[in-house]
Amino acid sequence: MTENRTPEIEFDFKKYDFRDPESFVFKSAKGLSAGTVTEISRQKGEPEWMLAIRLKALDVFLKKPTPVWGGDLSPLDYDAYTYYLKPSKEKSESWDDIPENIKKTFDRLGVPEAERKFLAGLGAQYESEMVYHSIREDLAKKGVIFLDTESGLREHPDLFRKYFAKLVPIEDNKFAALNTACWSGGSFIYVPKGVEIDIPLQAYFRINSANMGQFERTIIVADEGAKLHYIEGCTAPAYTTNSLHTGVIEIFVHKGASVRYTTIQNWAHNIYNLVTQRSMVEEGGSMEWVDGNLGSRLTMKYPSIYLMGDGAKGKILSITFAAEGQHQDAGGKIIHKGKNTTSTIISKSISRKNGRCSYRGLVKVAKGATGVKSSVKCDALMLDEQSRSDTYPTMQVDEEDAVVAHEATVGKISDDVIHYLMSRGLKDSDAQAMVVMGFIQAFSRELPMEYAVELNRLVQLEMEGSVG
Amino acid sequence: MPENALKIRSLKSAVEGKEILAGVDLDLPAGQIHVIMGPNGSGKSTLANTLMGHPRYEVLGGEAKLFGEDVLSMKVYERARKGLFLAFQYPVEIEGVSFAHFLWNASQSHRGEVGRSDPKEVVAFRKKLNESLESLSLSKDFSNRSLNVGASGGEKKRLEIAQIMALKPRVILLDEIDSGLDIDSSKLVAKAIQGMRKDGVSAIIITHYPRILEYLEPERVHIMAQGKIICSRGIELAHELEKRGYDWVLKEYSLN
Ligand SMILES: Nc1ncnc2c1ncn2[C@@H]1O[C@H](COP(=O)(O)OP(=O)(O)OP(=O)(O)O)[C@@H](O)[C@H]1O
Ligand SMILES: [Mg+2]
Repeated sequence: MTENRTPEIEFDFKKYDFRDPESFVFKSAKGLSAGTVTEISRQKGEPEWMLAIRLKALDVFLKKPTPVWGGDLSPLDYDAYTYYLKPSKEKSESWDDIPENIKKTFDRLGVPEAERKFLAGLGAQYESEMVYHSIREDLAKKGVIFLDTESGLREHPDLFRKYFAKLVPIEDNKFAALNTACWSGGSFIYVPKGVEIDIPLQAYFRINSANMGQFERTIIVADEGAKLHYIEGCTAPAYTTNSLHTGVIEIFVHKGASVRYTTIQNWAHNIYNLVTQRSMVEEGGSMEWVDGNLGSRLTMKYPSIYLMGDGAKGKILSITFAAEGQHQDAGGKIIHKGKNTTSTIISKSISRKNGRCSYRGLVKVAKGATGVKSSVKCDALMLDEQSRSDTYPTMQVDEEDAVVAHEATVGKISDDVIHYLMSRGLKDSDAQAMVVMGFIQAFSRELPMEYAVELNRLVQLEMEGSVG
Repeated sequence: MPENALKIRSLKSAVEGKEILAGVDLDLPAGQIHVIMGPNGSGKSTLANTLMGHPRYEVLGGEAKLFGEDVLSMKVYERARKGLFLAFQYPVEIEGVSFAHFLWNASQSHRGEVGRSDPKEVVAFRKKLNESLESLSLSKDFSNRSLNVGASGGEKKRLEIAQIMALKPRVILLDEIDSGLDIDSSKLVAKAIQGMRKDGVSAIIITHYPRILEYLEPERVHIMAQGKIICSRGIELAHELEKRGYDWVLKEYSLN
């Protein structure tokens, strides 16, 4: 897709204040320098304004303190990380460098060789290139832009600039600033007015041209009345040379449009996964985050939805699985600004061994947002005595007629249930996995078939060895 | 001498440290149906649960053989795969796990192949399952409903039978399968069990009501009291118990 065009969208971002009033405290860090950032920008052949934003973001990153309200980030050593991975063809890593356990998992998942190399961030070429192109042509006819983020910037600079860092401003938080300073890869999607895309757009089809990095940046714009479902992420364990992943995703749902963003991520167990996912919805629009988190050492991720226009709808469905040594600090935020806006948060968490799942959520009903309905449901399942689960729900309701419901349950799998399943021939781990799958069924039924199947397998793998 | 499907000797077991089974002896020849009756709390369910290996039931002594193999040392799923099936007095409910999915995986597990699904086989399996449900006067909808969730007492019992039809066990323990069943359903269930005889199935039926026995022609009726089988006779015993209650037997065996 080479056509350069700037769709006409009038949107006044100044109306909405997405800034976080956190104050700055100076803190220096050596790992990332202006030199590195400039080099990233130069390598990508970016316009000056992007470099300026990157440098400003670097400044913010260096000055902001590491947040202490969530998971334990103290082991993060910013100096130790590589902030930019050169394009894969120049990378020196080989299949032999991939840790043994990751390879084994690929084996057990039955991921084909070509795909494995790709998933491991190694392969530069990927077989689906033809598929990728044909899908792009079909969409291009409808005026859909579906590119990796670099190409988005190169081919649609004005449109790109209109949206980039508008929902997640540079000052928003330390890790979003880090991402803004060194972003690389991600998707740039624009769906024109009234265009409805029936098949899910899958990142799978574009990643071949991008370097699947630690700092992916995704921008999705659904113009008025447009409709799309985007699926991101690999369901096999993402292996990266770095142990820090900070993505930023900004989704703009214009009047009457609807977007669903589905991601299932399964990180290697040493990864710090700190992601900012934010969306805003105009009048009558609808946004859904379907968010699955497995793996990682610590995940901090709270997809958020700003319901700006009247009658806008938001839904966040999330599951987290914390195995031994893991902390999943996840949840969701919904901010009701428009009248008669409705929202749902459904969070399901599973913890085992000393794994910990925290639900951290916010439902805010702003002054003037009358007729709001919101419901939050958090279910935690703990697989053994050592596992841990906690919830930190926050409600800020400034309109009296708001109907805000919160429900939370914490459960264990009873011996009787496991015995029942075993008495029918299932092994202990299969029995547990079956119950866990049942527990997250409300989530998995929202997934396309192959993703649901994959999720099943991943849970199965996580459950193996869970039983003595 | 016919082979024993089950051979139980001096079986003792405890629940929460308290001995309940006080030395059970019982032979179930292959292909036969036996009945166990007895007062509430006498240990009938405990015997079934001990044989199936529920973790809360601790074996204190004795032995139990399934076609000559030591059951007590097997893992629970091995017992199932070797053909032992317990229709529970109180089947559990599992949210989000459809009956068909559960049963498909269970049946695959008997072949040691959990997680695999050949579409053709799944379709055939579904078809058979629908037939079983229909034969038990259960709606096909149960296939896709969460396992036992929201099912009535009688429906749960019939779903246990549907599992037997799919898993084809060799030795079936039915713990009060007829409790909560209406007259027509208990007839259906009894006939279903009787029908399995031609495949050589053996069964132990724990019940309080001789009605179900009308269609079953059991070879033997055992009375359990205070954790032991105290008396074993023919079908006439069941009818006598219905008329006279348990007191006289307990007295006869000076257990009263
Ligand atoms: N899980 C348990 N915890 C505590 N006590 C138990 C448990 N299971 C059985 N018992 C006790 O063991 C004894 C035998 O119980 P069991 O359920 O085997 O009786 P039963 O013969 O099946 O009675 P019913 O005819 O009422 O079903 C009872 O005293 C009962 O209270
Ligand atoms: Mg009982």
